[in-house]
Amino acid sequence: MKRLAGYYCFAIATLMLPLLFPDSYYVTVVGVTVCTNIVLAVSLNLLMGYAGQISLGHAAFFGLGAYSSAVLTIKYGMNPWLAMTAGVIAVTVLSYVLSRPILRLKGHYLAMATLGLGIIVHIFFVQADQFTGGPDGISGLPVLSILGYPIDSDLKWYWTFAIFMLASVLFSLNIAHSRSGRALAAVHGSEIAAQMLGVDTAKVKSHVFVFSAVLACITGSLFAHQQDFVSPESFSFFFSIELVTMVVLGGLGSTFGAVIGAILLSLLPEVLLVFEDFEVMIFGAILMVIMIFLPQGLFVAMEETFFRLLKRKSQGSADVTS
Amino acid sequence: MLHVKNLNTRYGPIHVLKNVSLHVNQGEIVSIIGANGAGKTTLLVSISGLITPVSGEIIFEGQRINGISPAKIVSLGIAHAPEGRQVFSPLTVMENLRLGAFARKKASEQEIEDDIGEVFSLFPRLRERQDQTAGTLSGGEQQMLAIGRAMMAKPRLLMLDEPSLGLAPKLVEVIIKTVVDLNSKGTTILLVEQNARKALEISHRAYVLETGRITIQGPASELAEDSEIRRAYLGKDYRDISER
Repeated sequence: MKRLAGYYCFAIATLMLPLLFPDSYYVTVVGVTVCTNIVLAVSLNLLMGYAGQISLGHAAFFGLGAYSSAVLTIKYGMNPWLAMTAGVIAVTVLSYVLSRPILRLKGHYLAMATLGLGIIVHIFFVQADQFTGGPDGISGLPVLSILGYPIDSDLKWYWTFAIFMLASVLFSLNIAHSRSGRALAAVHGSEIAAQMLGVDTAKVKSHVFVFSAVLACITGSLFAHQQDFVSPESFSFFFSIELVTMVVLGGLGSTFGAVIGAILLSLLPEVLLVFEDFEVMIFGAILMVIMIFLPQGLFVAMEETFFRLLKRKSQGSADVTS
Repeated sequence: MLHVKNLNTRYGPIHVLKNVSLHVNQGEIVSIIGANGAGKTTLLVSISGLITPVSGEIIFEGQRINGISPAKIVSLGIAHAPEGRQVFSPLTVMENLRLGAFARKKASEQEIEDDIGEVFSLFPRLRERQDQTAGTLSGGEQQMLAIGRAMMAKPRLLMLDEPSLGLAPKLVEVIIKTVVDLNSKGTTILLVEQNARKALEISHRAYVLETGRITIQGPASELAEDSEIRRAYLGKDYRDISER
């Protein structure tokens, strides 16, 4: 209960926002982007932060989810949920088959292999134009409905994304304290030591890779329906890098770190719009300053400071009573 | 319990273990002594499956285990406390111990709690530090944690690689005493040590490994009296030789 106190506060805040500001552009439109990025960052953090395996191709799975929904519903008239399921199955198989050879690599080599994966998938979206619509993308997805209720307004989309995001965050928080979470941490620490304790490291790495890919894939399907449009641009190499930046900026290995990183990187561009041409420069400068002064990540640094203050306070009161 | 027959192991072109044969009986402490680079650690990692031998056989309780995965070997009952401790520094002492029980899928929460209690009674220092991250422990405490973590797998055979490495003499005594304790409670122990004197004191039998070959073997008490071993590993006649 106490462990999840932070989560409940976060959940209440997320669910209160549309009640307080039902008409705000920042809640209904930007809010959905923020939720999308949070799920993606949290899923990437499972792989990068918990298991210590870098991926520079996470946007590929996000894109595969989005394109399976778009292509199967528009070109083949499939039911949206069926299309989403087909996407999940395809990504599960693809990521599992790729995971074994790719995750034998470490460090820079793993970064290069996942980078290659991201680029290949992106090129596929651009080149296979009879399916994907090429660089122009495709639009006109059918409306997604949950149990007969169509999700046909910005506010309804916010609720959908908010609930999906909160479920993913809760899952990620819980896994850290489970047997699987400890196995991931062991793989991160030292694969040899993990093997000596009976952890099947190849299996653990492949499972977390598949899981993180599937989470990104589902997010992609929802994203495609919400945007009503997909194009290769949204799933490029740059977006993968942005996701890595979110995870590192917030604090590698911390779920809330990924959440904070995603919120910050999604909102900053909106806020910095006032600087017009200087937007990107200021954005870059802020990232550099944060990483130089808080190399452990924004959230982790905040957390440490908070606990240090708490400790000092309790010591102070202990002194008074003695 | 454990039989190693004509084991050959290579790292690429380097032939490390050459026709090594040894056995460990139930309830024994067997130590392997030898100089740096003799292949002691390689022998242990071959048994725990981290490297696959080129030829030869490793048989544990009647089952051939070379070529099967390290994870499976742990679940068969062989635990390995590696050289240089290899504790997971960002994790707490408690989390490290729980990881030790990873291979025991069927164990209930209660059993694991009981086993953690047992490790704490063996090493009270760990109980005091249970919520600290392993990286903040001293070298001796980390070694205790590495042994405790290996114990959590409930092994029938425990392999310890250089448990006294880099520890203060007083801590070496604590560790050695624990090894004897564990053995008297029924765990069979295969010990690799550079501190040959201490190893021979507590072992039933010992093997001397020299550049990948077993050169001398026998009851530990006999080996401790062997003039060749005294000269090479125990440093007994150091003065006689240097003053000659």
